[in-house]
Amino acid sequence: MDFLRDPFGFVIQEYTGWLGGLGLPAGWVDIIAKLTGALVLATGAMLFVVFLIWYERKLIGRIQDRFGPNRVGPWGIFQPVADMLKIFTKEYITPIGADKFAYNLAPILAVAAVLLLWSVLPLSVTVVGTDLNVGLLFLVAVGGLGEMSYILAGWGSNNKYALLGAFRLVAQLISYEVPLVLSALVPVMLAGTLSVNGIVQAQESVWFIVAAPAAALIFFIASIAEIGRSPFDLIEAESELVAGYNIEYSGLKFGMFFVAEFLHAFTVSMIFATVFLGGWQGPGAAEIPVLGFVYLMLKTFVVYFVTILFRGTLPRFRIDQMMNLNWKVLTPLSLALIMAMAIVGGLTRELPVFWQVIAFLLVNLLLLGATDQLMRLSQSRKTKSNLPMQPLRKVLTTSTKHGAGE
Amino acid sequence: MIPLAWYLIFSAALFCIGLFGALARKNAVAILMGVELMLNAVNVNLIAFWHYYAQMRSTPYVHGLAFTTMVFVVAAAEVAVGLALVISAYRRRQTPVVDELTLLKG
Amino acid sequence: MNGLQVVFLLAALVSLFSAAMVVSARRMMHAALWLVLTLMGVAVIFVTLQSSFFAVVQVLVYVGAIAILIIFSVMLTRRVMEDHGDQILPGWRAAGLVAGLLFAIIVGFLALWQGFTTMLVELPADADNLLDLGQALVSPQGYALPFELASVLLVAALIGAITIAVDRKEDQHG
Repeated sequence: MDFLRDPFGFVIQEYTGWLGGLGLPAGWVDIIAKLTGALVLATGAMLFVVFLIWYERKLIGRIQDRFGPNRVGPWGIFQPVADMLKIFTKEYITPIGADKFAYNLAPILAVAAVLLLWSVLPLSVTVVGTDLNVGLLFLVAVGGLGEMSYILAGWGSNNKYALLGAFRLVAQLISYEVPLVLSALVPVMLAGTLSVNGIVQAQESVWFIVAAPAAALIFFIASIAEIGRSPFDLIEAESELVAGYNIEYSGLKFGMFFVAEFLHAFTVSMIFATVFLGGWQGPGAAEIPVLGFVYLMLKTFVVYFVTILFRGTLPRFRIDQMMNLNWKVLTPLSLALIMAMAIVGGLTRELPVFWQVIAFLLVNLLLLGATDQLMRLSQSRKTKSNLPMQPLRKVLTTSTKHGAGE
Repeated sequence: MIPLAWYLIFSAALFCIGLFGALARKNAVAILMGVELMLNAVNVNLIAFWHYYAQMRSTPYVHGLAFTTMVFVVAAAEVAVGLALVISAYRRRQTPVVDELTLLKG
Repeated sequence: MNGLQVVFLLAALVSLFSAAMVVSARRMMHAALWLVLTLMGVAVIFVTLQSSFFAVVQVLVYVGAIAILIIFSVMLTRRVMEDHGDQILPGWRAAGLVAGLLFAIIVGFLALWQGFTTMLVELPADADNLLDLGQALVSPQGYALPFELASVLLVAALIGAITIAVDRKEDQHG
């Protein structure tokens, strides 16, 4: 194992070899090595957030024709460090009547839920925390823990606005989990495995975004909704909810929610890059593992850049629009997509890979086009039948009922 | 490595705790939680026995797993309908307490 | 006693304790949170049974969906921030007696069975149960019919839940 070709794998091998040399039993060596790996990965990910915050603020600044942070260090790169120091020194305030246990557990759980996602993501050929055979399902299931932390925060704060924010957030997360899981089924079908590393390896010849662009689009939209970024950021709509579930938090506890949000945004970009953009696959990645890590980071940053572009350019949805988009467009589309992909996959099983991919691509584009036409049709019908006064009345009634009564 | 007995005793205890909850709690949602505990105990039992039978024979053995899948489906359906009923009853009678839902007593 | 047994005992103790808290906590919200802990403990128990698929499904379905639904309905059905009064019916002693008796009966009968003390050994890793399970669920010789019935049940529950819980305008007047 050459150090330059695979520094991570080299260090891991040396470390486990050193642990084994200490005379510990094999089981203990395994446990200690895994614990150290988890510790290093978690610390690295959390420190990485410092850079992410700077990157995002700088980009958003450019989009809004500002400079962004530019005072601390070259190009303002140490600005998040200064922010962190400020947040560390702030006072912890626990509101009266708060449920102490839930209130304090929530920020920890929020960060932990995001860090858990990293345990099954393959960073390169040799570096993967655990190659679970149900890895993709694990990624979705851990999202449920994040929801739990938001509920705990909203309920534990003893604040109406926090509770309302948590309600909204969880309603949104649960709703968008449906198209997220359904669209993630398409790569699973294409790869024939639930293991994340297996899905990456199946994309050796062609990335799944080429074979299933519709699934990739649904997955991307749903994962933006999962991280609560604009245009789905109505969980922290200042004008309606003050700031959402984390209104009562201060100091480091607020900082942990902040870190969790940024890290989650980056992590879902990484999941997208892994599932649809080939993960660490790239020229020479199988022989030189460190290249795989570089490829993965490049792809992830491209996806992350697109999410920031969305955040910087799109206005916020109204809650009924958000629910309509999910239940009336994304969910039926992903269901139709799964059926179509299964049928086409069965019909073209004998063909070479190239024609199979072309068939998948055509089906995807056909479905996307049909959805587009249907949406246009319903939009034009709506505008034709509406009287001038109706839009206002509609907003008043549906916004209180979460879009259920339209 | 772990005796089957441990799993069976654990699941029996979980089932009985759930049964107690379903029988003794006032709140309709708490009764549903008790039912969930019982269903979970059933799942533990099913998977423990699946493991037992899978190690007894060499051929693939999935019946226990298939049953567990069905239990998951039933649990999801039960919770959805049960909670809808609770919410509906609460909306009309302004209480989730089953003792106070005595409309049929006249 | 090996590592797996320690894991099992820890998970079992945590689950049973939090299950007891679920049925005895005064505040409904706390009961719901204890329920989450119980479900996570049961997920760990599934892992010790080499059924990681069901452990993940347990977290996905129970913690991610069912527990959150329960928490939602707890929040939607309480009059004030604090729950008031006793949460236990007056006849709880009888219920406890029934539950305790049932436990004694189950364990007593199981102890008579000779397979009770079998050690569960590790299954061979190449037995890919997940694949077999998936094929069994859709093969006509296996569980295709129950699987379809389960899907119909889910759809029926979905429609039923919406029909029951929808807030119609005329209901509020009449």
